[in-house]
Amino acid sequence: MDFSIASILLVDGLTNGAIYALLGLATVLVFAVTRVIFIPQGEFVTYGALTLAILQTGKVPGTIWLLLLLAGLAALAESFQTWKRHKSVAAATVAGFKVLTFPVAIGVVTIWAAPQQFSLLVQAGLSVCIVTCFGPLVYRLAYQSLADATTLVLLIVSVGVHFILTGLGLLFFGAEGFRNPPFWDARFSLGAVNLSGQALIIALASLALIVMLWLFFEKTLYGKALRATAVNRLGARLMGISSQTAGQLTLAMAALIGALSGLLIGPTTTVFYDSGFLIGLKGFVAAVIGGLASYPVAALGALLVGVIEAFGSFWASSFKEVIVFTLILPVLFWRSLTAGHSDEDH
Amino acid sequence: MKYSRSLITLAIGALAATAALADINIGVSLSLTGPTSALGIPIKNEIAMWPTSIGGQKLNVIILDDATDPTNATKNARRFVSEDKVDILIGSVATPPATAVAAVASETGTMHLTFAPIDVSTNKAPWSYNMPQSTLVMSHAIVAHMKKNGVKTVGFLGYADVYGDLFLRDMKVKMEGTDLKFVDVERFARTDTSVTGQALKVTASAPDAILIVASGSGAAMPHIALMDRGYKGKIYQTHGAASRDLMRVGGKSVEGAYVVAGPGVVAEQLPANHPSKKVAMGFVTAWEKVYGPNSRNAFAAHAYDASIVLQKIIPIALKTAKPGTPEFRGALKAALENAGPIHLFHGTVNYTATNHAGYTDDTGVIMRITNGDWKLQ
Repeated sequence: MDFSIASILLVDGLTNGAIYALLGLATVLVFAVTRVIFIPQGEFVTYGALTLAILQTGKVPGTIWLLLLLAGLAALAESFQTWKRHKSVAAATVAGFKVLTFPVAIGVVTIWAAPQQFSLLVQAGLSVCIVTCFGPLVYRLAYQSLADATTLVLLIVSVGVHFILTGLGLLFFGAEGFRNPPFWDARFSLGAVNLSGQALIIALASLALIVMLWLFFEKTLYGKALRATAVNRLGARLMGISSQTAGQLTLAMAALIGALSGLLIGPTTTVFYDSGFLIGLKGFVAAVIGGLASYPVAALGALLVGVIEAFGSFWASSFKEVIVFTLILPVLFWRSLTAGHSDEDH
Repeated sequence: MKYSRSLITLAIGALAATAALADINIGVSLSLTGPTSALGIPIKNEIAMWPTSIGGQKLNVIILDDATDPTNATKNARRFVSEDKVDILIGSVATPPATAVAAVASETGTMHLTFAPIDVSTNKAPWSYNMPQSTLVMSHAIVAHMKKNGVKTVGFLGYADVYGDLFLRDMKVKMEGTDLKFVDVERFARTDTSVTGQALKVTASAPDAILIVASGSGAAMPHIALMDRGYKGKIYQTHGAASRDLMRVGGKSVEGAYVVAGPGVVAEQLPANHPSKKVAMGFVTAWEKVYGPNSRNAFAAHAYDASIVLQKIIPIALKTAKPGTPEFRGALKAALENAGPIHLFHGTVNYTATNHAGYTDDTGVIMRITNGDWKLQ
């Protein structure tokens, strides 16, 4: 190995690491606020990339029908709950319609826009909107009524949600993979390193997203509410922060991050309906490196995972995944030695 | 429509299994979900187009999903044999579940046609017959083409699974005694986000040719990675990649690649006297009438080939025994092993009592991707 090969591998590793960093951050975020270990994070990546791929062919993606179905179910659940509490049909109807409005609007726009073959950016925006809508709906249907259950129950629900979303992905997108057109088809030569425009976009977009997340949590009321819920759910509730709204908002952000990651990674690799799981799992490894609590450590861990993966695939390609996932063992060992037990029952 | 039809077939099959024993029952275990669903789904669609009766006997085809899981495949096969009293077992589309079905087949003495290449040596799977070409037969075609084109050093970039293992092993067998040799062997997985590392390593060894062992659209990513690294040598793809998904995903990058396949994939370009010409055109015409031009699928063609084999052997077996009896199953086996050469979409098979792999060494043809289309070499 010489310097040029090392630098090419480094760029490749950092590019993938940036994606893992986003997913790692989303995993930490969801766990901090809701205590859910969110396995289906990777499915949002696949849904984002493949929804765009289907829109590119001018067809209405199957995710729309799932979105409308989930919205319908969530609306029913919401109206029923409101009716039970207030015994008022009007209030129940309003509550149901509130849930329905946004997904249905997105659905109608997509069904109208799909055959028009708008530009790549418009379709990308649409895909992000569609997938982001899934977040709150998934929380409403799968997790909300279990919000006080143990972490283990929530983990098992996560596994179930993961299988359901993967299976539906096969139904919607078919078994073959897609590769999206790049957003920026440029190449830069820096010595031996051949940098593609897409790699630059991935790096910049990840960085921008991380900064925006930081601003959101530091500067906005909603961000502070989420942080408060993460620190102490009961205390936050006593201060008037709805843990349900916090959960839905968190999952919306996780879905948004997932969809954006999907758009970023779509042009650099072939995305299959089941690709998301492994990508999400590497984000999870990064999140574990951050102790499911620290954002900066998770982000650094993700870059480390990406770089180790790149070099692993060069030196011992047959054992690449083994190397990446074995990484979690020394990290867990080190964490169990250094970290005391937290007083909250996580 | 397609779903409801197979559901009806399934329902009828379940009823008829107990009602009319004279019908011929066929149990098919396919991977309709899981990692190899891309192979199983087109096969199911082709089976929906099979004739409804052969030799005057009604055909009950029962399809169950095994989710690419050997445990499910065993369960399916046992159900077929004990509840549906099938005369023939078919499937699955991936090697692990197909091997599981073969075990049930040999235990119960039921004929078994598999869509995935498995070890069919007669002491291991005496009742099983391979429908696809073995990797050994395809390696023969690749090595012959490499030799003819002056290739000396070969790089290997393949799936880190049994498909990659088989090709690596059989290529080495065929390269024995030639001046061809592997200079680097790299592995990857279908869902990897990047193969840059492997591509760097394999191009760094500067081989005359690189063999990519992958399937469908998964074969495009390593190909693009090699082109991105500026590789100028020949790139070979296997028959697992011989579908239009390679061009759909690979685009300009896969231009000029050599792909080994069964002759039927380029049915129109075959010379009129090619033994597979007629069968191949038959499948292509029937399939593309339903699924549109250029939608032909090599895996669906295996199911078409299976129906040709059945139409050949069932009438012979019917002369000596009644369906639903062990004698009939034995007669089917004898009929297939003495049928002589059968011309199929994927080449010519000649099963005998000792050779259940069927295909001859000259089965594979090499195609080149030219202007986004296959060109027979």
